[in-house]
Amino acid sequence: MRILPSGSSALLVELGNLDEVLGYYAALRADPPAGVVDIVPAGRTVMVVVDLSVTSLAALERALLNTVPREDRRAGGDLVEIPVVYDGEDLGDVAELLGCSVEEVVRRHTAEQWTVAFCGFAPGFGYLTGESDWDIPRRSSPRTKVPAGSVALAGEFSGIYPRESPGGWQLLGHTDVAVFDLNRDPAALLSPGRRVRFVDASAPGQESDRGDASDPGGASDRRSR
Amino acid sequence: MTARFEVLQTGPLTTVQDLGRPGQAALGIGRSGACDRTSYQLANRLVGNHPGAAALEVTFGGLSVVADSDLVYAITGAPCSGVPLNAPALLRKGEVLQLGTPRTGLRTYVAFRGGVDVDPVLGSRSTDLLSGLGPAPVTVGDVIALGKDHGPMPGVDLAPVADPPGGEVTVRVLPGPRRDWFTDAGWTSLTGQSYTVSSNSNRVGVRLEGSPLERARDGELPSEGMDLGALQIPPSGLPVLFLADHPVTGGYPVIGYVAAPDLDACAQLRPGQSLRFRSR
Repeated sequence: MRILPSGSSALLVELGNLDEVLGYYAALRADPPAGVVDIVPAGRTVMVVVDLSVTSLAALERALLNTVPREDRRAGGDLVEIPVVYDGEDLGDVAELLGCSVEEVVRRHTAEQWTVAFCGFAPGFGYLTGESDWDIPRRSSPRTKVPAGSVALAGEFSGIYPRESPGGWQLLGHTDVAVFDLNRDPAALLSPGRRVRFVDASAPGQESDRGDASDPGGASDRRSR
Repeated sequence: MTARFEVLQTGPLTTVQDLGRPGQAALGIGRSGACDRTSYQLANRLVGNHPGAAALEVTFGGLSVVADSDLVYAITGAPCSGVPLNAPALLRKGEVLQLGTPRTGLRTYVAFRGGVDVDPVLGSRSTDLLSGLGPAPVTVGDVIALGKDHGPMPGVDLAPVADPPGGEVTVRVLPGPRRDWFTDAGWTSLTGQSYTVSSNSNRVGVRLEGSPLERARDGELPSEGMDLGALQIPPSGLPVLFLADHPVTGGYPVIGYVAAPDLDACAQLRPGQSLRFRSR
């Protein structure tokens, strides 16, 4: 762990990997240092912004050095289920990249225990990390318009587009769940530490369009859950 | 009856701003808020407003409003011609307030007693131009209501405030988290050259033109949290100085940060103006 300078009122904690980030962020959230304004987890770092009228960077640094990462980082958050219609334009490409069938992509995506590692890119966009090693390259040419609700993969992450935006992630499908809704409190459905499970909500007709399911029993089990 | 005014002209850009949305960065929601916080807060104090009352942030003058009832207001920040500055003033019903071009600086704040009463979004009335949160930028024909909640008028006629500097501005820079991604020559270049503020600058950041900085290492940085005043160095080697609507995270290395007391001066930089960074 390294503590790096980050301006007059923040420090940046650099950690070894995403799991350490999750554990460190969970510990900071459970017992935040005095005067904290924002705690911003990211891929390898956690930035902590403080109010200098309440504390100092020296006091913050001491608190950060004394913070012990939590071990149960993936179990702590509550679970949200996201129904997904797996009709994304890049399903075939992802299946090819993984060397498996489209049905297997859906099975793996719905079987995965996802955790919101951090947010960014747009309000309410959560970077979801799984237990297994996902490594999906971005599309070589990003789309200028990705529809709101698109469920996608890139790198080690899965994500849901909160609103229409440009994007280079591989599209698996879409959900009607609004991940960011200003008329709801909280507006952002996905906050760091929250666990996510995707549920296959594809209509039977659409599913058969994808060809014979390699694991039809599994698919119907998912729908009946 | 609710006090209100109608917008006749907006100038290049007028937005509603307050202290923004702190504490929500972990949800991907940036702070936003007034770019020059000192000027914004002074404007509120001059009309007896509470510290977080919403005011108008006017970019390079040009705002014109007509009062629907008697209003008390104060104008701070970039000193526009044709209006009283750094002092409470009265706009009578039917009178027009017309901001000319600022002598120096870029952003002018107009606070009205009672505060601008638009619907708050996630706890703030600020327009965040990057995320699209908050009210849309002010447009001609908008009728803007004022709140009724305020404290007593302050016992001052005029706040003695220096104009934002014209000409070359020097601000202090602190080494940032990725200082070591740049050579010592790169740091020396950052602190030794005179940059020119680009016309592509906005509330997200001040873009600078000058000699590119030399990187010590290649490769990509995983996105990380960034705060106000970050000097992010994209592949062009030319710094972007983050202002109020900056992204919560970024994937280009931050070589340094502008020291907090100098951030308000950065919010007043105009395109074409010269900027230097000093490390002590």
